[in-house]
Amino acid sequence: MSNETAGSTTAATPPADTQWDLWEVFTQEGEGAPHEHAGSVHATTAEHAMQNARDVYARRGKVVSLWVVPTTAIIASAPSDAGPLFDPANDKAYRHPQFYKVPRGVRGM
Amino acid sequence: MTDKNLPASQQVGGTATAEEAARVAEFEARIAQGESIEPKDWMPERYRKQLIRMMSQHAHSEIVGMLPEGNWITRAPSLRRKMVLLAKVQDEAGHGLYIYCGTETLGVDREELVDQLLTGKAKYSSIFNYPTLTWADIGVIGWFVDGAAIVNQTMLAKASFGPYARAMVRICKEENFHKKQGYESVATLANGTPEQHAMVQDAVNRWWWPSLMMFGPSDKDSPNSAELMRWRVKRDSNDTLRQRFVDLTVPQARAVNLTLPDPDLRHDEASGHWLFGEIDWKEFHEVISGNGPCNRERLAARRKAHDDGAWVRDAAEAYAAKRRADASAA
Repeated sequence: MSNETAGSTTAATPPADTQWDLWEVFTQEGEGAPHEHAGSVHATTAEHAMQNARDVYARRGKVVSLWVVPTTAIIASAPSDAGPLFDPANDKAYRHPQFYKVPRGVRGM
Repeated sequence: MTDKNLPASQQVGGTATAEEAARVAEFEARIAQGESIEPKDWMPERYRKQLIRMMSQHAHSEIVGMLPEGNWITRAPSLRRKMVLLAKVQDEAGHGLYIYCGTETLGVDREELVDQLLTGKAKYSSIFNYPTLTWADIGVIGWFVDGAAIVNQTMLAKASFGPYARAMVRICKEENFHKKQGYESVATLANGTPEQHAMVQDAVNRWWWPSLMMFGPSDKDSPNSAELMRWRVKRDSNDTLRQRFVDLTVPQARAVNLTLPDPDLRHDEASGHWLFGEIDWKEFHEVISGNGPCNRERLAARRKAHDDGAWVRDAAEAYAAKRRADASAA
């Protein structure tokens, strides 16, 4: 029922513009800095995505490099996996230097 | 309320609702702890709907906001002012895109949102339905309208929904120049010839009240506020933000010898606030329901821009199709 309604609405309106595929944009703000997620753009090709990313996310500031990645290519962990994936990290104190004792007075450790 | 013929997931009362209530409680506990909600996290449908409504209206406002200023690009009085205005209008387009992209993470298509704007179904900020009559309006818009937007967006940069908050941080960083260039232009005119001073005072007189209306209805008449504040989409109420804007702006007006068109405006020693007169809410409701001075003109201009740009979108698509064909032939 709801599908029929949606279908007839689409048919009644003029053909919609495609907004093209979604690409995720990562910017590097300065030499040696990591690429960080900035947002997304719609584009027809990788080249087009790069141009749009430049216009939208690098109008000013110190961006020195851009990555664009098709959104569908990103595999993300699910919030429900957060427990099994990340919780064990909390009870492994021996992964941190504070866990270890060294004799008093020893320096450069 | 329990119907034994329906599966548990469709029961109005009973298990499904109890489960739902538990999830809502867990969600609200996360928000109370100041955690950020991300697109893949579970959220109440109502939270998703409210955010889509609020964020898309915000994105539309950025896009429509280009129109009153765009009208003046070719008439800017100097190359410097023209460069600045071009950069500002381009920023507004970018800001619209940041927020559309944040809205899309909630599972809605940008195409659908754009369509709602073009068909007149979606709302956008009432301020952009007022005309820009003189060059002084452009300065006053930067000072008042961007100033008011910054007050609002600084709060939204702490919103509980991660993509919205991050878009706001990005926008706030860029928007400070918008306000400052406007104030510089206003100060220049205010210190100019008597005619220039009169022109900028007239612009201030026309934009002051509509700028105060930008913060939305008074708290007592704002149906969405309590819920949005409970979910920390907003941290402050409309009236609190409006007062913050007035307190910031009154001394700025005085510094450049301009008056604000409110005979009731006075400083209250006890609270430290500038108290202001009653807003004409009838005008506000007229403008948001489509009967402002420029509602029709703005939508017509937006539709024309969309249609005039169709060939660019077609060309990009044809080029992409050719590239794909070349690649498969090779």
